[in-house]
Amino acid sequence: MKYLCLVYLEEQILHAFPSDKRRSISDEAMSYCEKLQKAGQLLAASPLHPVETATTVRVREGKTTTTDGPFAETKEQLGGFLMIDVPDLNDAIRIAAQFPAAKFGSIEVRPMKDLGCAD
Amino acid sequence: MEDEAAIGTDIKVDEIYRNESRQVLATLIRLLGDFDAAEEALQESFAVAMEQWPRDGIPANPRAWLVSTGRFKAIDGMRRRARYNTSLNELAKHLEATTSDSSARDDEHVEDDRLRLIFTCCHQALAEEAQLAMTLREVCNLTTEEIARAFLTKPATIAQRIVRAKAKIRDARIPYEVPPPSELPERLDTVLRVVYLVFNEGYSASFGTSLTRADLSGEAIRLGRLLFQLLPEPEVTGLLALMLLHESRRPARTSANGDLVLLEQQDRSLWNQTQITEGIAFVERALSSKRIGPYTLQASIAAVHAEAPSAEQTDWAQIVALYDVLLRVEPSPIIQLNRAVAIAMRDGPAKGLELVDVLLAHGELAQYHLAHAARADLCRRLGKKAEARSSYEQALALAKQEPERRFLEKRLSELAG
Repeated sequence: MKYLCLVYLEEQILHAFPSDKRRSISDEAMSYCEKLQKAGQLLAASPLHPVETATTVRVREGKTTTTDGPFAETKEQLGGFLMIDVPDLNDAIRIAAQFPAAKFGSIEVRPMKDLGCAD
Repeated sequence: MEDEAAIGTDIKVDEIYRNESRQVLATLIRLLGDFDAAEEALQESFAVAMEQWPRDGIPANPRAWLVSTGRFKAIDGMRRRARYNTSLNELAKHLEATTSDSSARDDEHVEDDRLRLIFTCCHQALAEEAQLAMTLREVCNLTTEEIARAFLTKPATIAQRIVRAKAKIRDARIPYEVPPPSELPERLDTVLRVVYLVFNEGYSASFGTSLTRADLSGEAIRLGRLLFQLLPEPEVTGLLALMLLHESRRPARTSANGDLVLLEQQDRSLWNQTQITEGIAFVERALSSKRIGPYTLQASIAAVHAEAPSAEQTDWAQIVALYDVLLRVEPSPIIQLNRAVAIAMRDGPAKGLELVDVLLAHGELAQYHLAHAARADLCRRLGKKAEARSSYEQALALAKQEPERRFLEKRLSELAG
């Protein structure tokens, strides 16, 4: 079963960390992902650029509008994702709980439907 | 003669349904991997039983018979529907290959199935209200109407919660399993909280009008007994003891006209001694383990009350000591409030009032009616009439339950006189 783990965090909290702490969090996340990949549980993962770089696109009645920023202003922002393939939700919860950002952010675990393309 | 035998069998089938249907369901969910398919298979297997047993007699192991009949019916049904939906044929083949008929007879598996069902209904990925509804529906076999009545809501609301929970179990793939030892304490906490919520819903509302809610406490105790039988962990034992000891006081908690009677004024001869004896035995058992948790500690406090002939002759020093331990295990302002009340009983109301005032000054209990009621009572005992009145008024403004409101109003009118 595939799950998309959406990592939400307050970017301000992250920015407030001293740079060596930020680096160690990032290193820890990298090596955790490598471990998952070796175990065959990780399909893809990436951190995202800050939310200020986001653009939201909508098409209504044939007309495209693009707006600056995320689709919704929230206290915590989407900061990255992991796409994993594990037997069940309990495994997905275990993996999410061990991801470093879970200690200061939140991870939304969403089961993926079987109908996806290009995999 | 034959008719009589058939009627006898009917009664037996009813009895088997009452005693075994949840266990059969629990195993069918494991075998079929789906709540709704299992529910349907359960109904079908009982329909076959109703038809065959009066004629052929009741099989030696009715539960195993029901499980294998249900499994067979489910696979057969998939085959029939496979004409319209070919993926069902694959599923039927898969089920036939991966589940054997003998797995229905394996007692160890079957015992685990009930635990699997409980842990799945109480999975932390489900909302608490969904956990409650699922547990009462699937484990206790209450109807959605009964659950709705108990929680003063509409049957459609409960039905919707159950449908959504089942959809999440299926779509997010919540596994049907007993958690591994490393996760057991945390997962068991969730299960115990659900059981205790069911109990309290029936207990604190019991001085209302409806008997159904007392049934809810009975249901929680039955659940507690089942858990104890399947998984005799110390806190399971402690919670069962706590529920029995609280339940023992039910006949004394309300007067004939439905008014609330406080612990110190209760007629202790009304307390249910059978439940007390059983509860105390469970407390002792839980205390003999090395891991003593909050339910066991609360049960120990209830046991000290249960053993005391009157409020004055209660071992308040022991109760304060137990609250001290409880606060270390589970710090909470409500436990601090209860401890302050126990200290007032041990050292006098002035000492208790001092502690309650400190707690109220912290602000966490400012909206908790019982904190103001406790303060009012201490002031009343100290002869501080005006302060008592103002605290009773604050408590009354926050209290929601009718019997509690009547009690506070009565106290207020006594102070006015």
